[in-house]
Amino acid sequence: MQVPAPFEYERATSVENAIALRERLGEEARFIAGGHSLLPMMKLRLANPEYLIDINDLTELFFITEEAGEIRIGAMTRHRELLESELLAEHFPIFRDAEKVIADPVVRNRGTLGGSLCQADPSEDLSAVCAALDASCLIKSTTGERLVAMTDFHVGPYETAVGDAEMLTEIRIPLKANSGSAYEKVERRAGDWAVVSSGAAVWMDGDVIADGRVGLAAVGPNTTSIGPVSDALRGAAPSEELYQQVGEIAAANCSPQTDQRGSVAYKKHLAMELTRRSLRRAVARAQGQEA
Amino acid sequence: MQVNMTINGDAVSEEVEPRQLLVHFIRDQVGLTGTHWGCDTSNCGTCVVLIDGEPVKSCTTLAVMVSGHDVTTVEGLEIEGELDNVQQGFIECHGLQCGFCTPGMMLTARALLNNNPDPSEHTIREAISGQICRCTGYATIVRSIRWAADRETPVAIGSAS
Ligand SMILES: Cc1cc2nc3c(=O)[nH]c(=O)nc-3n(C[C@H](O)[C@H](O)[C@H](O)COP(=O)(O)OP(=O)(O)OC[C@H]3O[C@@H](n4cnc5c(N)ncnc54)[C@H](O)[C@@H]3O)c2cc1C
Ligand code: FES
Ligand code: FES
Repeated sequence: MQVPAPFEYERATSVENAIALRERLGEEARFIAGGHSLLPMMKLRLANPEYLIDINDLTELFFITEEAGEIRIGAMTRHRELLESELLAEHFPIFRDAEKVIADPVVRNRGTLGGSLCQADPSEDLSAVCAALDASCLIKSTTGERLVAMTDFHVGPYETAVGDAEMLTEIRIPLKANSGSAYEKVERRAGDWAVVSSGAAVWMDGDVIADGRVGLAAVGPNTTSIGPVSDALRGAAPSEELYQQVGEIAAANCSPQTDQRGSVAYKKHLAMELTRRSLRRAVARAQGQEA
Repeated sequence: MQVNMTINGDAVSEEVEPRQLLVHFIRDQVGLTGTHWGCDTSNCGTCVVLIDGEPVKSCTTLAVMVSGHDVTTVEGLEIEGELDNVQQGFIECHGLQCGFCTPGMMLTARALLNNNPDPSEHTIREAISGQICRCTGYATIVRSIRWAADRETPVAIGSAS
C-alpha cells in the first residue's frame, strides 16, 4: 500500500491567501492542484512536503477568456475544460488535438494546466503545446507579478521559474492573424504518456510562413521550443521539402533516452515524422484547408 | 483534522489524517467496501467514485480535499431497493465476470449517461478508457451501458446539484 508521508494541510481561500501561506511556510510547502502528479510522487515518497496548500477552491483561477488580443487561461483550468472549450478549438486547435490523448477522461477531470506546466516533466504534453503557441506564464508573489515566456519557464526537468513564494496564476497566448496549430503523439496504448509527441504552430503572411514554432515532448530537456526550427520556418514557403527539413532539425535537436517505450533511434525517427505531420496540419489549418 | 461531506446523500463527519487517501477513507473508515482498490497508481480505475457528479480516481485524491463535497459510491446507485439502469444493464448483458472493475465502470457509466443519455459505442469506449477490465474484453460492458442508455429517464443520480 502506498501512503504519503505525514504533512499538514491548508485550504487556500484566495490567490493572495495561497501566496501568503506559501511565503510563510517556505520551501517545505507545496501547492496541490489536481494532485494527479504530486500525489503519485508523494505515495512513492519521491516528494515529501511538510505542508500542502490546496488551491482547488480558487474559483478565480478557473477561466478561459479572450482579452487584450490574447487568450488567457487560469492555472486551475482542468484538462477537460481545455478539451471542451470552443474558444480554444476555434483559435488553437492544437489544444483539442493534445487533450484527446492526454491521460484518460477520469484523470482529465482533475489534472490542471497549471499543475501540468509546474510539474515540468519533460513528457508533459501541455508544455509542448504552450511552447509551440508562444505562451507566457503569469507568476504572482506578495510583492507583485511577472510574465515569463514559456521558453524560460522550464529551468530543467521538474524545475520551473516559479520561486518558493510564488504561484503560477495564468497562461497568456497571443492572438495573431492567420495562425494554424496541430499536435501529433505516439503512445503505446490509449491514455499513456507519449513515446514522443510534436506540437506545431505557424503564423502565415500570404503564402509564406511569417513565424513558426515546434515543441516536442518526451525527448529530453530543452525541447519545448527549438530555436533552429523557427529559424528555418521564418520566411519559408510551405512545402513537403520544408516539413522534411524541419523534421530533421527537430530530430537533431533532441536527446531522447532508450527506455521501455523505445530506442533512441526510434524516438528520433518519431520526432522527425511527427514534426512533419504536425507542421503539415498546422499549415493546412492556417490556410483554412482543414478543421 | 475534521472532514464533512455527503456520501450517497448521507452527511459524514470524521476525523482523518491529512494523508488519508479517499479510497481508504471510504473503505476502512466509513466501511463502504463497494469501492475497490486496485493498482494504487491511478491507472486501473476500479477506485472511481463520483465527486459532485464527476468520476474521479479515489486512490489519487485526499479525503481532506473532498470535505464540503458530495461523493457517490457504487452503493449509492441503488435507491430503495431499485437498481440503477446501469446496474440492471450489467446483469442483463453480463457486464462483469469477477466484478473487480465493476464499481468504477458503473459509476463512470452513470456520469456519462447523466451528461449524454444517448452515447455512441465510440463515446462509451472513450468514457471508460481510464478503466481496465481483465475479464470481459469490454464488449459486454459496452453493451451493458448501451442497455442502460436505451432505458434512460431524465432522473440523474449523483449529478452535480
Ligand atoms: C494515469 C495518468 C496518466 C497521465 N497521462 C498524461 C499524459 O499522457 N500526458 C500528460 O501531459 N500528462 C499526463 N498525466 C499527468 C496529468 O496531466 C496531471 O494531471 C498533470 O501533470 C498535473 O496536473 P495536476 O493539476 O494534477 O498537478 P498537481 O499534481 O496538483 O501538481 C503538480 C506540481 O505542480 C505544482 N503546482 C500546481 N499548480 C501550481 C500553481 N498554480 N502554481 C505553482 N505550482 C503549482 C504542485 O505543487 C506540484 O509540484 C497523467 C497522469 C496520470 C495520473
Ligand atoms: S486503484 Fe485507483 S486507479 Fe487503480
Ligand atoms: S470483470 Fe473482472 S476485471 Fe472486469
